Amino acid sequence: MTVSATLLTCAAVLWFVGGNLIITRSLTRVLMGIIVCGNGVNLFLLAASGPAGAPPLLYPGTSKSAMSDPLPQAIVLTAVVITLGTTAFVLAMAYRSTQLTGSDFVPDDLADHQVALRAQLTAERARLREEREREERPKERRDLRRELRRRIRDARAYQAREADASDDLWDDVLGADPPEEPQ
Amino acid sequence: MNYLVPLPVLLPLAVCGWSVVLGPRVTRLHRVLSVAMLAAVVAIDLILLIEADRHGPLAVHLGDYAPPLGVSLVADRLAGLMLTVSGVVTLIVLLYAFGQDTAEGGGSAPFSFFHPAYQILVAGVSLCFLAGDLVNLYVGFEIMLMASFVLLTVGGTQARLRAGSTYVIVSLVSSIVFLAGIAATYAAAGTVNFAQLAVRLPDVPLGVRTFSEVLLLTVFGVKAAAFPVSAWLPDSYPTAPAPVTAVFAGLLTKVGVYCVIRAETLLFPGNRLSAVLMAIACASMVIGILGAVAQTDLKRLLSFCLVSHIGFMLFGVALGTRAGIGGAIVYTAHHITVQTTLFLAAGMLERRYGTTELTRLGGTARSAPWLAALWFVPAMNLAGIPPLSGFIGKLGVMRAGAADGGDWAYLLLAAAAVTSLLTLYAMAKVWNLAFWRAAPVHGPEDGEEGGGGVATAVAVRAPAKIPGLMTAATAALVGLGLTYTVLATPLTGLADRSAAELLDRAPYIEAVLKP
Repeated sequence: MTVSATLLTCAAVLWFVGGNLIITRSLTRVLMGIIVCGNGVNLFLLAASGPAGAPPLLYPGTSKSAMSDPLPQAIVLTAVVITLGTTAFVLAMAYRSTQLTGSDFVPDDLADHQVALRAQLTAERARLREEREREERPKERRDLRRELRRRIRDARAYQAREADASDDLWDDVLGADPPEEPQ
Repeated sequence: MNYLVPLPVLLPLAVCGWSVVLGPRVTRLHRVLSVAMLAAVVAIDLILLIEADRHGPLAVHLGDYAPPLGVSLVADRLAGLMLTVSGVVTLIVLLYAFGQDTAEGGGSAPFSFFHPAYQILVAGVSLCFLAGDLVNLYVGFEIMLMASFVLLTVGGTQARLRAGSTYVIVSLVSSIVFLAGIAATYAAAGTVNFAQLAVRLPDVPLGVRTFSEVLLLTVFGVKAAAFPVSAWLPDSYPTAPAPVTAVFAGLLTKVGVYCVIRAETLLFPGNRLSAVLMAIACASMVIGILGAVAQTDLKRLLSFCLVSHIGFMLFGVALGTRAGIGGAIVYTAHHITVQTTLFLAAGMLERRYGTTELTRLGGTARSAPWLAALWFVPAMNLAGIPPLSGFIGKLGVMRAGAADGGDWAYLLLAAAAVTSLLTLYAMAKVWNLAFWRAAPVHGPEDGEEGGGGVATAVAVRAPAKIPGLMTAATAALVGLGLTYTVLATPLTGLADRSAAELLDRAPYIEAVLKP
């Protein structure tokens, strides 16, 4: 099957133009983009029906090779009708949006914003905490805390041994070994 | 029995036409008609399922054109099962919507759009399941999408417009990609009929075939909300009315999954993109559930859970074995039910307390124990606690993964286990915050919400009464979820036979192409 390069080039250009319009914020422009892209894809469909020029009819005196394929044209017609309906709907949406907010811009999702802001908030809080700890000379503080924890541990160990004291002098003496010097 | 095949599409459309004739107010006649028709659709779906299970796929050629030329609708086991489950779910959600409707002032002006649009949505979903060619599938998608646009933006408030914009734009772009996929496939194989494509595609050069496959899978992936193209879902679902969110979450994404299964078995067998699908499944599972854990709004949390659990189904499909696809089918049926139930329960919470924000809820287990029970059972079901159907689905998929034994399969097994655990964590978080703890007292100190007045008003507001119909509908869906446990053997057997039929391909092709 031979395919016309013109149709394909046109389709590609339309897709490019339409794609650029679709990624804008204004609903009307997006609609334009969708219409343009839709036309591009219609051309692409048409390219599937073979060389242009022959009628899509089989009437007395024509050979099957001299007619073009009617099916892609039928599909294109279906697509055009459907695009008409969706165009009407999107236009109504754009109009309603203008009624409500004065513009047809599509804003970001609020809940998405909230999640993003929450992440920002957490990051900010972590940064502030780190900063504060650095200001308080964290090394000294950490050492102090470690020292304190060691003392508490020792005190608890002594208490435990006192509780274990069993009136047996020998055991108690053995148990009451002087605590090892902390390294 | 073939003449029954188009009815699941035609009956809802007829009701929609009647509701225009009957006028904008929702009357009793209107309701009876809607419910009766959907009940009839469920009955037909069930007959189709049984017939397809007994005698192989049913195909009907509309207008009696010879097979590859006209429009064909096909109901095989997979389509029948999906139709039946979705039919029951849509019927129950409709009852729920009637309950909510009466509670909120009975068919007031903007909300009366709901019923016609809902019927069209049901017709579109049925058409997607029954479509026997790519163009018809495209039309089914579009019918479904147009209805869902209306349902998502019903009322036209600013929040819904914003959410709707995202959804509409993503859907339209994916429709364009779908058309491109159809064009590429048609140019390569000269047909759009599934059965004929299945015969012809193996002769198409590998590169061209892969191009079509990637385009189509991208579209179905967008519909199914698989990871790299899933960001639209949690953005757009939570703002819609509860029944709408519920039915979207239950059905629309599963239509995407169904199409992925159909494409991977019938059109592009051989499983060459298995590794890609596995990577997508893995990313969907893990990233989705991590998103869910971070949320504080119940509906958003559930939306992220939805994205994550799509990964399980894709895992089964990616394995490509009979056990894998069977597991994915069971999981899909289970997930349609349970996800809808959870959203309905969330809707009841919203109806009662006016919010689904977890930081504001609390004490529900004490003040409304039945509501807590209606939440708890499907939540445990979603997490996959053993006797419930979530466990059966997960077990099927994960056993198939272990049987496959590749590196990817084991990676995915680990991801699936982590995802299940995190789902349980997310559900426990909701349970603790919204149900278990004492109701939070909102003083003026939490003014960072933008004026403590709002928060206080929410906390002080007396819980609203929930209409009995809403409770009954939710309870019915919870019951349906429990039925899967009772009927586990027939269900897994049916899924296994469906998978065998899908992998065999011959029954489908014969049913369509043999006159």
